[in-house]
Amino acid sequence: MQKQYPQLLKDALRTNFKIELMELVKNTTKTEGPDPMNKAASNSKKTGIERISGAEAVIKCLLEEQVKTIFGYPGGAIMPIYDKLYSYQKEVHHVLARHEQGAIHAAQGFARVSGEVGVVFATSGPGATNLITGIADAKIDSTPLVCITGQVGSHLLGTDAFQETDVVGISMPVTKWNQQVTKAEDIPEAIAKAFYIARTGRPGPVLLDITKDAQFAELDFHYESCQKVRSYIPNPELEEEQIKAAVELIDNAKRPYVLFGQGVILGEAEEELKAFVEKTGIPAAWTILGLSAMPTDHPLNVGMLGMHGNYGPNVLTNECDVLIAVGMRFDDRVTGNVAKYAKQAKVIHLEIDKSEIDKIVKADVPVLGNAKRSLSALIAAVKPNEHKDWLQRFHDLAAIEKEKVIDTDLYPTKEGLTMGEVIRRVNEHSKGDAVIVTDVGQHQMIACRYAKFNSSKSNITSGGLGTMGFCLPAALGAKLAKPERQVVAVIGDGGFQMTFQELGMALQTGAAVKIIVLNNEFLGMVRQWQQMFFDRRYSSTEMVNPDFVALAKSFSIAAVKVEDRDALDKAIKTMMEYDGPYFLEVRVEKEDNVFPMIPTGSAVDEIRLD
Amino acid sequence: MEEKKKNVYTISVLSENRVGLLHRITIGFTRRGINIESLTVSNSEEEGVHRYTIVVNDTEENVRKLVLSIEAQVEVISALYHSDDETVFQEIALYKVPVNARHNGRGIEEIVRNNHARILALESDLMIIEKTGHKEETHELYEKLKPFGVLEFVRSGRVSIVKNTKKFVEYIEEKEALSGT
Repeated sequence: MQKQYPQLLKDALRTNFKIELMELVKNTTKTEGPDPMNKAASNSKKTGIERISGAEAVIKCLLEEQVKTIFGYPGGAIMPIYDKLYSYQKEVHHVLARHEQGAIHAAQGFARVSGEVGVVFATSGPGATNLITGIADAKIDSTPLVCITGQVGSHLLGTDAFQETDVVGISMPVTKWNQQVTKAEDIPEAIAKAFYIARTGRPGPVLLDITKDAQFAELDFHYESCQKVRSYIPNPELEEEQIKAAVELIDNAKRPYVLFGQGVILGEAEEELKAFVEKTGIPAAWTILGLSAMPTDHPLNVGMLGMHGNYGPNVLTNECDVLIAVGMRFDDRVTGNVAKYAKQAKVIHLEIDKSEIDKIVKADVPVLGNAKRSLSALIAAVKPNEHKDWLQRFHDLAAIEKEKVIDTDLYPTKEGLTMGEVIRRVNEHSKGDAVIVTDVGQHQMIACRYAKFNSSKSNITSGGLGTMGFCLPAALGAKLAKPERQVVAVIGDGGFQMTFQELGMALQTGAAVKIIVLNNEFLGMVRQWQQMFFDRRYSSTEMVNPDFVALAKSFSIAAVKVEDRDALDKAIKTMMEYDGPYFLEVRVEKEDNVFPMIPTGSAVDEIRLD
Repeated sequence: MEEKKKNVYTISVLSENRVGLLHRITIGFTRRGINIESLTVSNSEEEGVHRYTIVVNDTEENVRKLVLSIEAQVEVISALYHSDDETVFQEIALYKVPVNARHNGRGIEEIVRNNHARILALESDLMIIEKTGHKEETHELYEKLKPFGVLEFVRSGRVSIVKNTKKFVEYIEEKEALSGT
């Protein structure tokens, strides 16, 4: 069987990949036969007592939590768990990454597109430390993850044993909660708590570090999902007084303005947001994590906030009289100079995390709670309204931005290709139904500015942490979560080279992600800053790149390079229609800049159009 | 309104008694570059609940944000901060002095009596003096004992109690009432 495997895989790739591969897996598992340990467990079940190992308990707990996909990478300290996983291949699909960072970003993409908890396995030491970037990314972007790391045997803790690292200590600042488990009997409760904490309240990553002896030892298995932790309030009670105060401000506002963030998506408040703005006629703008919570072509969706956001939404932040922030946290990339941010406005802040209220912008009316509940309460109480003249202000500024920036981005007449026209072509073929996954940098800003979305949970990007290398694995995770959706990864040449090893994940899973590398042979955003603020001193930003197409082909992924405008549309059409993973390199203008831009230290209304 | 001026604040934290929680709490200080002036951690009267008393010297705005971030931790039951005039607080200091010193100068016993301190232990060659009070007071006694050749001086972190009639267990009950999905 082992000898045949590579050949079968190659054949599968050449023909109809997915079906063949599934057959292959089926055949493989068939020949292995039942696992004796598993058999023993099912026998004892009949007598009502289930005596199983800690490792098997881990798998059973995950099944109890409806987990069907795990992203990970095996190693010494987590081998007992991987051994048990082998017996549960029908119930749970383990996706083998090529690096633990790839595994966790994939789990993030999985979680962001599905709203479910992403699950990651890694071994102790370097396996666990390689997760840290992804954990930090998930923390700042509120992504629910359960990371399970193997740890050396408990008798070796603190002895500098092989591959021992203080993972609980290292991950503490970047996890919502974490815990080491050294006894098998503690595993079910710890996992139940982990899932509960990861997905409730403001979601976030949790980590369980399970010692190898706890994986080997046996326990009487019993699982009960966690319903509460006494020190933790995931769903704060709405305060009537605050709702009343908010309604009063909203009803009397002349120039009210909604800013929405990912809290709308995480709180599943998309319909409520729409109903609220439609009833009140209030224009709404989004942070990049809030993008797709409301259809991009909705008449009251006025666009993107922040450093490279739209002109009107930024300028008019400093003209509104009531600012209604929904599930967003006033990131510095959104506010620009906070001393000059919306000082004229009364601020209503709908927020589930108490520590976010008054953190950056003082709220006149803080409304603590889940966005769905808060918005529902507001919808019921506000009076129907419209703000035509105020909305017109956004349209007027949008016309200026269109003429000065957008037209030349999307319909360039110069020779070099722009990132914007690539996104426009994607829109034309996706009709706004694709999931767009991005990394960080110029391509990210362009994609967020121009991508069209009809439905929620469709824009996946590394927002708060700005992690290069996020995109490719996150896109694979998203595709594995939602195989029925078109998933397009848009990556810069720099970020792609940080995790392109995950083309291996695409090869092994067949996940049909459409990968577009926008290659300008520069670390474009850093180069733009060097040009604008560091006297064009391009220190270590120019890249000598490999043959990306040949690289993708070496992973048996269909790959094409486009350098001319004439070939672009057809190439994107072919890519979008291709049945399988596909790689498209687009050579874009080397020194294009992203505008508009709020330079660091400037106010939102000092946004530059060139 | 919050002042930008630095002040002494006492932060009181109640948390579950779990390995590593102290680290999780101090991360908030590390991130913001806030120095801990003193830190006292012990079991509270409620089993399984730990009480932290942390003294800082910073602006109210920084302290408020810090305390909110501590309270946001899953296993923290409550986190509050108070200025000195809102609380009653004490520290305890121990002084180790060689015993022959008794015969020097005005005599240690008189100093101990006048400073409301007490002799905790008396060995053939040394004595241990104890004083509770504010930092300035325990330091003042140290200065007075210095001429007698203090071998060692140790001072605890602050313990503090808020001047209100709220029962301790209410903090736990209030949080628990709101927990759950």
